[in-house]
Amino acid sequence: MESTQLLIQLSYVVAAGLFIYGLKLLGSAGTARRGNMLSAIAMLLAIVAALLDQGIVEYQWILIGFVLGGVIGASAARLVQMTSMPEMVALFNGFGGMASLLVGVAAIATATGTFTLVTIVLSILIGGLTFTGSMVAYGKLSERIGSAAIVFSGQQIVNSLIVLGILVSAVMFCIEPANAQWLYLVIGLSLLFGIMAVIPIGGADMPVVISLLNSYSGLAACAAGFAINNNILIVAGSLVGASGIILTQIMCKAMNRSLSNVLFSGFGSASGPAEKVEGEIKPISVEDAYYILEAASNVAIIPGYGMAVAQAQHVVKELTEILEKNGAEVNFGIHPVAGRMPGHMNVLLAEADVPYDQLLEMDDINPRMENVDVAIVIGANDVVNPAARESEGSPIYGMPVINVDHARTVFVLKRSMASGFAGIENPLFYKDNTRMLFGDAKESIGGLVREFGN
Amino acid sequence: MDAVFLTFILMLSIFLGFELITKVPATLHTPLMSGANAISGITVVGAIGLAGTGHQDLSNWLGAAAVALASINVVGGYMVTDRMLAMFKKREG
Repeated sequence: MESTQLLIQLSYVVAAGLFIYGLKLLGSAGTARRGNMLSAIAMLLAIVAALLDQGIVEYQWILIGFVLGGVIGASAARLVQMTSMPEMVALFNGFGGMASLLVGVAAIATATGTFTLVTIVLSILIGGLTFTGSMVAYGKLSERIGSAAIVFSGQQIVNSLIVLGILVSAVMFCIEPANAQWLYLVIGLSLLFGIMAVIPIGGADMPVVISLLNSYSGLAACAAGFAINNNILIVAGSLVGASGIILTQIMCKAMNRSLSNVLFSGFGSASGPAEKVEGEIKPISVEDAYYILEAASNVAIIPGYGMAVAQAQHVVKELTEILEKNGAEVNFGIHPVAGRMPGHMNVLLAEADVPYDQLLEMDDINPRMENVDVAIVIGANDVVNPAARESEGSPIYGMPVINVDHARTVFVLKRSMASGFAGIENPLFYKDNTRMLFGDAKESIGGLVREFGN
Repeated sequence: MDAVFLTFILMLSIFLGFELITKVPATLHTPLMSGANAISGITVVGAIGLAGTGHQDLSNWLGAAAVALASINVVGGYMVTDRMLAMFKKREG
C-alpha cells in the first residue's frame, strides 16, 4: 500500500473510532453536546482524507457541491422552528437517501463483479425508497398533503407487484448491467415503492416511519459503501441503520403494535365491538381551573402533539414557574410516542428552558400518579386514553398509556370535542374527575397564568 | 475476500450500534436522530471520489450532485443537533 493510501485508510480508522465514541457520549444529556462535536470532527477528518485520494484531479465540482449543500444545510439548521424538527429530519433523511442512490448509479461505470452489482442495486433501491418515502413523510408532517392514511382496495396487490417488479429488474440488471433499461426500471420502481409504502401510514404513526426512514438512510449509505469498496461508509452507515432500527422498535413497543401492523394496515382497522362510553362531559372555565390549581401541591403536565401545534411550550414553562412559586411540585410526563418523532416533546420543552430532569418517562410518572392533585393534559389524546387498559374492543387496547385518570383531578386542554385521529373514543373525557378546558392550548394556559397574576 | 472483509465490518458495526443506541435515554431521542442523520451524510466521502475524476461524464455530475445533497445532511444535521443540545439544561441547584 502506498503511503497516501495508507494515510487515508488510517484516517478512516480514527474517524470510525470518533463516530463510535461520539455516539457513546450522546448517551447522556451532560456529555451529548461534546459527543455531537466529536462526531462532526470525525466527519471532517473522513472528508479531508477522501480529498487526499490521488484519483481526484479536479476539485471545482466537489467545492461547488460543498458550498451549495453547506449553505442550504446551515440556513435550514438555523432557521428551523423546534416544532418543525420532524419535517426537517424527514427531509434530511430523503437527501441522504438520494445521495446514496446517485453514488450507486455513478459507481456502475467502474463496477466489476456480481457482488458489486448487487450492492449497487441495493444502494439504488434503499436510497430511492428512502428519498420518496421521506418526501411523502415530509409532506404529511408539514401538512402540505393530508396526513391521514391513504388506503385503497387492492393496495397490497399493487405493492406486491411493485416488489416483484423490483426483484425481477434487479436480477436482470445484475445479469445484464450494460442494458440500461433494467437500471431505469430499478430506479423508477424504487422511487414508486417509497411513495406507496408511506401513503397508507397515518399522522399519529409518524414517529415509527421517521425512525425507520432514518435507519434506511444509514443502510443506503452502507450499501453505497459496499458499492465503492469504502469501509468508513459501511461503519458510519450501519451505526445509523442500527440507531434507526432501535428507535423504531421503541416506538412500536410504545404503541403496542408490530412493525408490520404499522406499515401495512391503516390505523384504526383493528376490529372489535366499540364500547359505548357512558357519562357526561364536564367543561370548566379558566377561572375555576385556577382555583383548583391554586390549591394543588402536586401537578403533572402531560404534553402531546397539540402543544407543538399551539406553540404553547413557552407559556407552559411560565405556568410551571408560577405553580412552583406557589409551592407545588410540578413534573412532566412524556409518553414515548407523544408528538411526531421520538423525543419531540423533550426538545420543545428544552427550548422553553424546562430542565430535562423535570421530564419523567411514562414508567416513572405512572406510579406517582395517585399522589398527583391535578394532571394537565395538553393536546394529547391517545397516549392518555384509559381505553388502552380497560376496553378490549378499542383499537389501542394494550398500548401502554400515562394513567392520568388516577390523579385526583384531570384537566384536558382540547380545541373541541371532535374526536382525534382515527376517531377513537376517549373515555377519559367522561370520567368523574375529568374537567375539559376547551379552547386553544396557548390561550387557555395564558389565561391561567393571568389568573395567578391577579 | 474483499466482500467477506466488508461484511465482517458491517456485522460488527451493527452490533456495536445496537449496544450504543440502546443506552441513549428517551429525552435525547430527537437529537440522536438528527445526529444520526448527519452521520448518514457520510455518503459525501464516496461522492467526493466520483465528483473529482476530471472526466466530464455522467458519473462526475451524479457525484457532484451527491456531494451537494450529502453536504446538506452533514452541515445541517450537525448544526441543528448542536442547537438542540445546547438547550438541554439540568435543574438549577
